[in-house]
Amino acid sequence: MNYKIDEKGFYGKFGGAYIPEMLHSNVMELQENYLAITQTEEFQTEFRSLLKHYTGRPSPLYWAKRLSEKYGTKIYLKREDLNHTGAHKINNTIGQILLAQKLGKTRIIAETGAGQHGVATATVCALMGLECIVYMGEVDIERQKPNVFRMKMLGAEVRPATSGSKTLKDATNEAIRDWINNPVDTFYIIGSVVGPHPYPDMVARFQSVISREMKEQLQEYEGRSNPDRIIACVGGGSNAAGAFYHYLDDEDVTLVAVEAGGEGIHSGRSAATSILGTEGIIHGSKTLLMQTKDGQIIEPHSISAGLDYPGIGPLHAHLITTGRAEVVSIEDGEAVNAAIELSRLEGIIPALESSHALAALDYLTLDKDESTIICLSGRGDKDLQTYMKYLNHE
Amino acid sequence: MNKLKAAFSQGDKKLLNVYFTAGYPQLKDTQTIITSLANAGADIIEVGMPYSDPMADGPTIQESSKIALQNGLTLKILFEQVAAARAQTEVPLILMGYLNQMMQYGEEKFLDSCVQCGIEALIIPDLPPDLYGSDYKAMFEERNIEIVFLITPQTSEDRIRYIDSLSDAFIYVVSDSSITGNSRDISSEQREYFQRIADMNLKNPCLIGFGISDKKSFDMASSYSSGAIIGSAFIKHLTNASGDESLDLTVTQFVHSIKG
Ligand SMILES: Cc1ncc(COP(=O)(O)O)c(C=O)c1O
Repeated sequence: MNYKIDEKGFYGKFGGAYIPEMLHSNVMELQENYLAITQTEEFQTEFRSLLKHYTGRPSPLYWAKRLSEKYGTKIYLKREDLNHTGAHKINNTIGQILLAQKLGKTRIIAETGAGQHGVATATVCALMGLECIVYMGEVDIERQKPNVFRMKMLGAEVRPATSGSKTLKDATNEAIRDWINNPVDTFYIIGSVVGPHPYPDMVARFQSVISREMKEQLQEYEGRSNPDRIIACVGGGSNAAGAFYHYLDDEDVTLVAVEAGGEGIHSGRSAATSILGTEGIIHGSKTLLMQTKDGQIIEPHSISAGLDYPGIGPLHAHLITTGRAEVVSIEDGEAVNAAIELSRLEGIIPALESSHALAALDYLTLDKDESTIICLSGRGDKDLQTYMKYLNHE
Repeated sequence: MNKLKAAFSQGDKKLLNVYFTAGYPQLKDTQTIITSLANAGADIIEVGMPYSDPMADGPTIQESSKIALQNGLTLKILFEQVAAARAQTEVPLILMGYLNQMMQYGEEKFLDSCVQCGIEALIIPDLPPDLYGSDYKAMFEERNIEIVFLITPQTSEDRIRYIDSLSDAFIYVVSDSSITGNSRDISSEQREYFQRIADMNLKNPCLIGFGISDKKSFDMASSYSSGAIIGSAFIKHLTNASGDESLDLTVTQFVHSIKG
């Protein structure tokens, strides 16, 4: 089975570029240039240098002993939370801003859910001296306030998305509209492995540094580069794509994608796309998405703004439908409990998104001789408001 | 001759194509709006299939779509409404919507429903021309349903010629790089672009759309093309109309203000 993108921009039957003519020249410019530019020695040198000296990579692979003990198995955490700006998102924004510069773009736009991608974009725009506009749903502006302030502090303009459920999907719609209205000078830095080809592949390649490092780091611990299992949360799926990337063809490694079950898969307030979703088109790509039988997109729900999205990246739709990846869905409360557990067992406060990946441990059969890597995609500073609410209820 | 071809075969007459969202302002208004538009002198009518996430549309169409969906409009109801209107008028009818709607309904079944209710052509902005050519063309041609493609100031000459070769209805010339509903004055750059397209002598006639809002912009755009398309400005005009009579009057006034 092939898990890489084909020359037309598809993973199996998922992917492609279903875009209006107004985006054609922009998307073609990217399709024609992304590999030619990003695969040059010059680009890679610059990219790796920034990842090392600016972001602080490699991020540690940490053997979480107390957590391992509790689950009777061996658990490692890939510490993307320790990156500059606090999540994996910056791996991608550094890559895309370098590409934007090479293409001569002067104005940067982005969408954000949890605000981590917005912060990571605002950060690299400050670094490069480029104008930055971030679209964010009104609901997310409210629940991820610290990140809104960070973006403003970094000089970005945050524009509220007020349509639909006022979350990530709607912010993405607004960013696409902005791009349509500004076709010449603007580069759209998408924050996940979603959108029209080449975004899913481009973002996956930038994030693939996560699994490249994991291979070397696990080698040092165990004398082998493959764990038995990798667990990552999936909103659009960029941290999961990065954590899975160099293991896709290693079928001995089980890949576990964790979705947001919200208040329960069948509660009507969920973002469990792979279970509730059917094949369709969202944001320019064919994938699994939550929709009515008339093709209207259903508003998702998750306590975690970064997972509150009605679709998944086409790579994940392919991995899931072919059986390469397993799916676990985690409800809001379970995620919060997993965050509290990690905080108290390991002294690490995880992001709500990453907490979904941690909570999946309860649903898996873990042998004591097995090794599992969990992608700890981000830190929990932005979520303290939500955690406090739960703790005060205890 | 099909109704669309007939509309474009009236000498130098400039055609007014009006877009509105089905099921808006009230669920049952679709039929009244179509017949009123036709009676008032609109030459082509574009019926919008309301979509939850209309990527190429601006706030006005987005809002009207949201209300139409809240009103309970489904594709099944839309096809029934269009069929009822078709029984009363010969005006060419075009359906505009997004590819996902057509996919979920079932592409062939969707086209069959279009034939049954008397639709002449489709505009599906997120169906790229090459995909149409490879996967959809035969399906459309079998049923004599035409396709309309958009071009923009960024569309290259080669691509315009390719798009012209793929369709047999008209070319939708997007007046500006923009989503629908941004009305500004027509600039000298836009005039150059309209002239450039006019000078290409395409096989298909051209209608200019996006940002056309009144008689002045309609006349200006039409001087470079076979006519123009008005959407958001018409929908804004409808917002306060309620009841069939008031709706009919509002629609008639609007058409007369453009064509009068
Ligand atoms: C910490 C963290 N993890 C995960 C995600 C989800 O994104 P993705 O699925 O693209 O990794 C986000 C998104 O905002 C995030 O902030």
